[in-house]
Parts: sequence; structure tokens; C-alpha cells
Amino acid sequence: MRLTRKTDTVEKVEKPGLGLNRRQFLKSASLATGGIAAASMLGSGMMRKAEAKDVPYDAPTDVIRTICSHCSVGCGIYAEVQNGVWTGQEPAFDHPFNSGGHCAKGAALREHGHGERRLKYPMKLVGGKWKKLSWDQAIEEVGQKALDIRSESGPDSVYFMGSAKFSNEQAYLYRKLAAMWGTNNVDHSARICHSTTVAGVANTWGYGAQTNSFNDIRKSKCMLFIGSNPCEAHPVAMQHILTGKERGAKIIVVDPRFTRTAAKSDEYVHIRPGTDIPFIYGLLWHIFENGWEDESFISQRVYGMERIREEVKKYPPEEVEHVVGVTKPQMHRVAKMLAETKPGTVVWCMGGTQHHIGNANTRAYCILQLALGNMGVEGGGTNIFRGHDNVQGATDFGLLFDTLPGYYGLKTGSWKHWANVWDLDYEWVKSRFDQGDYLGQDPMTSTGIPCSRWHDGVLEDKSKIAQKDNIRLAFFWGQSVNTETRGREVREALDKMDTIVVVDPFPTMAGVMHNRTDGVYLLPAATQFETYGSVSASNRSLQWRDQVITPLFESKPDHEIMYRLAKKWGIEQQTFKNIEIKGNEPLIEDLTREFNRGMWTIGYTGQSPERLKMHQQNWGTFDVESLEAPGGPARGETYGLPWPCWGTPENKHPGTQILYRTGREVKYGGGNFRARYGVEHNGTNILAEGSFSKGSEIKDGYPEFTADMLKQLGWWDDLTAEEKVHAEGKNWKTDISGGIQRVAIEHGCIPYGNAKARVVVWNFPDDIPLHREPLYTPRRDLVAKYPTYDDRMVARLPTLYKSIQEKDFAKDFPLALTSGRLVEHEGGGEETRSNPWLAELQQEMFIEMSPADAADRGIRDGDAVFVHSPEGAKIRVKAMVTPRITEGESFMPYHFAGVFESESLEKNYPQGTAPYVLGESANTVLTYGYDVVTQMQETKSSLCQISKA
Amino acid sequence: MAVMKFLCDTKRCIECNGCVTACKNENASALEWGIQRRRVVTINDGEPGEASISVACMHCTDAPCMAVCPADCFYQTDDGLILHNKDTCIGCGYCFYACPFGAPQFPKKTAFGSRGKMDKCTFCAGGPEEDFSEAERLKYGANRIAEGKLPMCAELCATKALLAGDAGVVSDIYRERMVLRNNPDTIWGYIPTVGSSN
Repeated sequence: MRLTRKTDTVEKVEKPGLGLNRRQFLKSASLATGGIAAASMLGSGMMRKAEAKDVPYDAPTDVIRTICSHCSVGCGIYAEVQNGVWTGQEPAFDHPFNSGGHCAKGAALREHGHGERRLKYPMKLVGGKWKKLSWDQAIEEVGQKALDIRSESGPDSVYFMGSAKFSNEQAYLYRKLAAMWGTNNVDHSARICHSTTVAGVANTWGYGAQTNSFNDIRKSKCMLFIGSNPCEAHPVAMQHILTGKERGAKIIVVDPRFTRTAAKSDEYVHIRPGTDIPFIYGLLWHIFENGWEDESFISQRVYGMERIREEVKKYPPEEVEHVVGVTKPQMHRVAKMLAETKPGTVVWCMGGTQHHIGNANTRAYCILQLALGNMGVEGGGTNIFRGHDNVQGATDFGLLFDTLPGYYGLKTGSWKHWANVWDLDYEWVKSRFDQGDYLGQDPMTSTGIPCSRWHDGVLEDKSKIAQKDNIRLAFFWGQSVNTETRGREVREALDKMDTIVVVDPFPTMAGVMHNRTDGVYLLPAATQFETYGSVSASNRSLQWRDQVITPLFESKPDHEIMYRLAKKWGIEQQTFKNIEIKGNEPLIEDLTREFNRGMWTIGYTGQSPERLKMHQQNWGTFDVESLEAPGGPARGETYGLPWPCWGTPENKHPGTQILYRTGREVKYGGGNFRARYGVEHNGTNILAEGSFSKGSEIKDGYPEFTADMLKQLGWWDDLTAEEKVHAEGKNWKTDISGGIQRVAIEHGCIPYGNAKARVVVWNFPDDIPLHREPLYTPRRDLVAKYPTYDDRMVARLPTLYKSIQEKDFAKDFPLALTSGRLVEHEGGGEETRSNPWLAELQQEMFIEMSPADAADRGIRDGDAVFVHSPEGAKIRVKAMVTPRITEGESFMPYHFAGVFESESLEKNYPQGTAPYVLGESANTVLTYGYDVVTQMQETKSSLCQISKA
Repeated sequence: MAVMKFLCDTKRCIECNGCVTACKNENASALEWGIQRRRVVTINDGEPGEASISVACMHCTDAPCMAVCPADCFYQTDDGLILHNKDTCIGCGYCFYACPFGAPQFPKKTAFGSRGKMDKCTFCAGGPEEDFSEAERLKYGANRIAEGKLPMCAELCATKALLAGDAGVVSDIYRERMVLRNNPDTIWGYIPTVGSSN
């Protein structure tokens, strides 16, 4: 037990808690709610408040299949519902991902059916007081404010912050809604999660996603975790990881902290925060030195490894020890283990991605796997664990500032493809955008403002940003702003905007951390248990959730709220042209079918609602080891039809569990690296040489398929007459009949071509991964040798690098600072801190520090301390003195909020909605720093000072 | 007749607290804020050798709580479960002294207030009241045993570390794991190699 985390750091505000029993507790909570709205005003939903005790034991029980809404492992659940109340939760022992297991969050899921601390009806801040609104009035006011701003400042002054908690259908619809509104200012938490992975990895071998699956890790013989702590962040993944270990696999954990996962490892490697690239190059030094690389794999399937060999020479063991802090014997031992125990997998998470050179970190990890020849095999691959339950899906559906759904990008051709899918006139879609030119950028085809920096979009001098005006209204739709760094600026931006609209089951931080008295709207969204639809787990499997209960209180499902806004904006005819509307609710299955017609790039085309529902109903027929169904209705298919699931649903592709697997036919989920970057570079062939997927009729590399290529190959007449009409002049990505894909696969070829992976990404600022010291580095001696970039414009915003790194903060702020997750909470924590069963387990915001640093400062375990940021902010938290942390470093969890620089924000919440547990946000003191490609925020290597409070 | 036992496989336990919230979830009707029938204890926290174990009432064969209770509120079921009667419990706390695992819990109204009725893990087997009655649910929580199910904590365990059920079956599962692991350090934490040690 961690006894130190049990008390309050802030001034005790009268809070229900210790002493009251749960039922009394809820009673008093609903009384408090009555304070602002008389009981008679509460909607019928309010009256139907879910309480298990109100349901007789023997009331008939419906058992509903759903998926946990916390992390991306995608655990299955049987929810028991009686009289419309979620009364029980039973383990899904037959679910292929979790076999009934859950972490603290999954085991507490039923609390979602009660939601005492939820936002109960639409509200508006008037003169500092929360006032109840009807839905019609709320949509009218919010919609009108957006329209007014649109006419004054253009469509880009409205910001669409989205969510990784959306279902696939809602994520797709939200992206479409932003497009119909006419802006690319749409983004979500993938920006601050794995955006650098998506960019770095997709640019290396084709797709920026987990290449294998959680289950496949059982077959691995060696697992390297770098910046990943599944014991806390993906606990059920440990079921597979520990099974692998018990079968003899070696576990190596590389992390600045001795994490709970490190405690299960065979080898723990401590690296200084922000030195991933020198560490990987240090391993490669030993690998190349000893000839441990896979020569034939490299010559057939990798382009540019010579450049890496040159760069690696700069990282001999002495330099690695100097920069990273890992000794030569340990580097040698780890490199040898990787080389001699195969297949091996590399797992990384936010410890690797959240850096200003995050994109290069992710490429370095890929390069290691390419050198070892560990790609495209069972037990190998890069198992990149995503965060939220549907962050993979939301990313795939382009809830991002730089792409349309399916990573089509924002080019005119991409817009034309989607206009074609939407059955809309491209010119009309174009007319929705600002037609101006700002700093040489065209709003429709240029990258928008990232989730990590929406506040800069509000605060920055408007002459310096590449759009007409600042952001004046923002929707914070399922996203907590305490997950963004630079808390003071976030608050300032909230204060400056015309209007804030929070759409969420909870009144998240955007609703309460400002100093405003007016202009804030809170719209209650339903959770994923109150609606239905598909969700994509980290392994690219799609799972269908059934609806457990009807929306609680007056909340509404996200897609209904989107429809109502579209109607107010007069764009519902276009947005929902081929979507059936029931009342005000768009039909989910129609949304699935619509994206099935457009998502050819990544094979989201074969997963029809019918197939997904069939998989869900038969999840027990899939084997835990292989994820394939040996029999039954889904015989031969992989659970959840992991993308790419090529062609149309009628083509019955089984899904692709392991990407780039040449040992299998494409029609059974095989493949090879994608031909995404042309056929040659500097005169050198970059297509695969002598390597191709099993059964391919082209026994060598080949480019991506187009209509012309089919004609050259003499395969054109394999298309049906109808397919020919659609396919003419198109390619595998834009042929909406799916014919080109079907014919390619029938000939054993993968539609996207067969190329080498490239370790030289010539279109990035650093074409090979280069180490650059963090902007806030404690190692001033290394700045000259490993400097950051010059300040530059990234997308629409000026971005600082050198001008920060130039200053020496290390003198006054000597401790390196990283952040991370706790198992009991997730994301901004609004949901889990409002769940009493979880809140009770982690009640206190804290900072972990080493015994040496604590002793130097006269700090004892459990003391209240101030954490000082080099940017000025100062938070008051508890000290946790632990050997987990190495001297000179510190760590904070990022799930807390509700206290801002010692000021409790509890008073700002609508009554009865403040989470049970509040605390300072780590991101209040986390600092500037953004990835040069994706604008990922730097949260894993900053600086701070700690003093006794 | 089965003898019901818990066993926590410390090589698998990752301190995710799933068992703790599973218990809260299933027994919510009887629990108060601050009472955790099950807890996860971590030793060597933050160091090589760190290991966690999930602990609740172990349902001892010769239970010390039962031996010392002055009000004689404990009873042992045919399945070997140690249950108690909250109506006859006097809240003295003697069982808390006797228990080697700290299983008995007391509602904490205030720091030095009355202790109230003792509460502890029931192996999800309710109490002396009629099975599935309202009184049983409010005082003791779930009765999964009567439903033919095992305790929620073990059923929902993320990594299958926590095992519950008939002692023979539990030990068969554990024995099989031990053989597979072929690991000389049979229990407690793994000891990773760190730093420059060879």
C-alpha cells in the first residue's frame, strides 16, 4: 500500500467522503443538485437514476456485450442490465483479448451506469452562475455564436477539439462535420499521444500503427519496452506479456524510472530522459560491430541503412555512457540479447513519443527492428501501444489537423476523393472554406492548429498565424485541457476566447479552469455505454459495442449533438446526405457503411456493421493464441477484422493481424512494406528486391496499383464492367468500387505495392534520426554538440526551439522532469476521479523524487512541496520519496486537475459535478517544446525545482 | 466438499488494483468509502525485487478471528469459508488483533470514533441471512457462491494472478505454472539485472 497518497494537499474544502457510506453519499449528492434546479425541473432521465438497490434480485437480466472504454487493449465485458439499470458486470472469459481480466478501471466500469458526478443537463455560465438550458436553446445559442464568428472572422476561428473516446462512427462524423463547416482546425488527443509514431512509422514502412497484436506478444522471445509501462497503462496486456515471459521470453525495460514493468523484467536499463536516439544507436553500434544485423533482410527490404551505419559510428560505448548514462557492459549485454533471442518485439509508448524529436525517436526504434530483421513475423514487430480505447480509430478517421479520414492528407485530390464518397460537389465543399491566402497557405489544403497548441491559436499575434483571425470559439468535445502543457497559457486562452463549449459527460477543465463569468456552455454527452458503434483497439481490430443503457440524465449521444449543430448551421442536408436520421439521431450503421466506401488506403472497407456484429456475437470462437477462428461463422477470420481488411465486405478479407508478413498470402492477411514514396530515390531503386508476399504473381518489388498498371499487367479485364467504370483513371486508394484491390489480391499482390522500408525520410527536417538535446536540458555541456532546431514556422504557428534552449535553466531548475500514468486513472482523469471506487485508491497528486534529492532539500516522504517550473508556474503537491527515481530526476502523474497553482477550482464546477478527487495538474508546470513534424508536446524531458512547502 | 482458498501468484500480480475495484463493484451495496476488503500490498517498492500481493481474508482453516471473538459472531461454512454475523458483532476489534493479514475492517466515522460493525471479505458468499435477500445484500454484499460463481476479485484479475476456488484446483493451476517457469526464485519478485553488473 502506498500510504503516502491518502491526504489532501490543498485547503480542505467540504467534500463528501470519508465516513459517509456510499448510499448516503449519493443521497447528499443528489440533494446538492437539487440546490440549483428544483427536483421537478429534472428530466425524466434524472428521475430514472440508476441504483442497483432499486431493482429486485430476480428481475430479468439482459446480458449485453460491450468493450471497456478506458485503454486501447479493448477488453470485452458482459454487462448485466435489469429494468434498464446496469446492475452487474461479469467477466468475459471467452473474450480473446482479456479472457475476463480487467485492471482497476475495467473492473470499476459499472460505475458508468450511475454517473453521480456527471453533467446532467445543458448549462451556461451567466454572471458567474451556472444556469440550466434546454437542448434546443443550447444548440441555438452555441450554433449562433459560431455562425457570428464565422461571418466576422471566417470558419477557422472556430476550433473543433475532438476525442479518442468517440466511436469510429462518431469520430468519422466529427471530422466530416469540421470539413462541412470548412476548417482543418480539428484535432484530438492523438496529437499528444502517438502523433510522432504515426508520422515517423508510416514514413518508414507504410502504416503508423501497431504492427502485431497484444496476443501475438505471447509468441515473442524477447521484448524491449522503451518509454512504455504496461503494468500501469495497459495492465491487461501484461496477461500476454507475462505468459510470454513464463514461456521463456526475455523482458528488457528501458526507462528513466524503475517502473512496475521494470520490476517484471530480466534487464532494467536506466536512460536519461530524452536520450532514446543515442541509446538505440548505441545498441546498433554493438550490433553492427559484431555483425549481428540481418543482412539479407536489410538488402531485400530496407533502403538507406548505410546512412545509419555512418551515424552509428558517432556513438561508441564511451559516448553513449557520457550522453545516455548506460555502461558499455550493459549496452553489450542488451544488444546481444536482442540479437540472439528472436523473434523480438519493441514496444514503446509516450515515453518515446512525447519529445520535440519524437518523430525521430519512433523512426530509431523502427530502424533497430529493421536491422534485426524482426519485422513481419509472429512474435516480432513494433507493438506500439496506443492510449485511449479508440485513439487508434479516431486517428484513422483523421480527427487530426493534417488529414482527412484514412490518412488521405489535405491535397485537392484528397478532397475530391472524399467529396466523391460523400456524394457532394467538390466546389461546394471548397466554398465552405476561407478562400484567402495567409502567409502563403491556403486554409483548405494546409495543416490546421494542433490540439497541443490551440491556446497559441488564441493568444498568438494574428498577423503571425496562417489564418484570418485567432481562434475565438472552441468546442472541447471529450478532451480535458489539463492534458496540455503550459497551464498558465491554457488558462489565459480560455479567458480570452469569445465562447467555450464543452461537450462531455463531465464538465472538464475547459469548463472550470478559466476566470470567466460568462460565455461558457456545458453540453452533456452520453458515454459509449449509452450508445453503440465500433471501436478500434490498438492492434487495429474493430469491435462492436452494443448499447448497455439509455443515456443518463439529459445527456445525448455525440452523433446526435453533431446532427443538431449541423441542422442549426444549415448543412445537415449535405453532411447526412446518405445517412438515415431517426428523430435527431443519425443511424450508426449508415455511418459505418459510408466510411467503408471511402477508407481504401488502410482497408477500413471490409468491416461492414454486419461482419463486426457477427464477430462480436461469436468472440468466443476466436483462439487466444492466434486471434483466428478455427471454425464457426467467422472461420479463418482474425478477430475484429484488423485493418487492412481489403476490398469490400463481400470480398471477405479476414483482416491483417500482422503487418508486412511476407510469409502469408495477401488474401489471408499477408503483405510487405508499402510503396509509398515512389519507386526510386536519388537514382536508387527503393522497391523490394527478391522479397514478396507468399503467392505473389509478381516475384519482386512493384509500385502501388493503378488502373494503368492493371492494363500493363494485362489484368484489366479481370474487372467487371461496373468496376471498370469506377476504376478508370483511378488507383487502389480512389477506386470506390474496390475492383483494383480485388484484382491485385487475386493475383497475390498487395494493392499498395511492394517496396523497401526506408530509414532515410528525405521529406523530414532530419532525414535520419539525430539526437538533439531537450529544449530544457540539464546537460548544458551537450548543447553545442547536440543542438535543437532554429525557431521556425510549423504548420500555421511560429514554433520556438533554439531561443529556449539557448538559455540556461539548469542552474535554478536542476531536476529532469517526466510525467506518466497511474493505473487507477486515465487521461485528464475527469472520468476516473469521478468514479468513487477509483478515486478512493488514488486521492493525492504527488511528485516522485529520489531519496538523495529529497535529503538535499530537507524533504521527507509525504511532505507537501512546491514544484517550480522554469516558465514560472508553481504547484503544491505531495512528495513521494522513492528509489524508483534516479538522482537528478523526478516524475509526476498527469491525471489530476481541479487545483491550479494552489487555488482550488472546486467552486467553479456546477454543483454536484466536481470529481471526488482534485489535485494540481502536472501540465501546469510542464513546459514549451513541440515536435518539428507533428507538434507533439514535450512532456517527458523538462526541468523543475522542488522545494519544501 | 470443496475447500475454498485464495492464492495470489506474486510473479503475475502487477498491482493494478483490479481486484480492489472488482470487490467494490460487486459488493457496493455493503461497502463504505474507506473500506477495502481487498488490498494490494507491495514490497520492495521501486527496487529490484519489487513484488505485489493481493490480500484479503484468507478463510483460514483454524481461523484466529473465530477463535478470539468474544461475541462468537464468526462461523465456518461447509466450503471452509469464514463468515460473520454483523448483528452479533460488537465492533470490539479483537479479530483485527488476531488476524495475521489485517483482513477485518472497521468503518471510520472519525479518527477516534466508534468502530462500528466489522466488515471483511466474504469470498463473495454473503452472510447468515437468506441467500439473495435485501438484508444480505445491504450488510454483506454479493452472494456469488450461491449463484455458482467465484469471487469477483479473482474472476476479474487482469493477469490471472489472483486465483480463487477449490484448493485442489487452485494448487493444480499454480503447480503447473511453477513447472513451466522453472524458476529457482519461486515466489516474490523478479530480480532484473541493472547497470553495469554482469
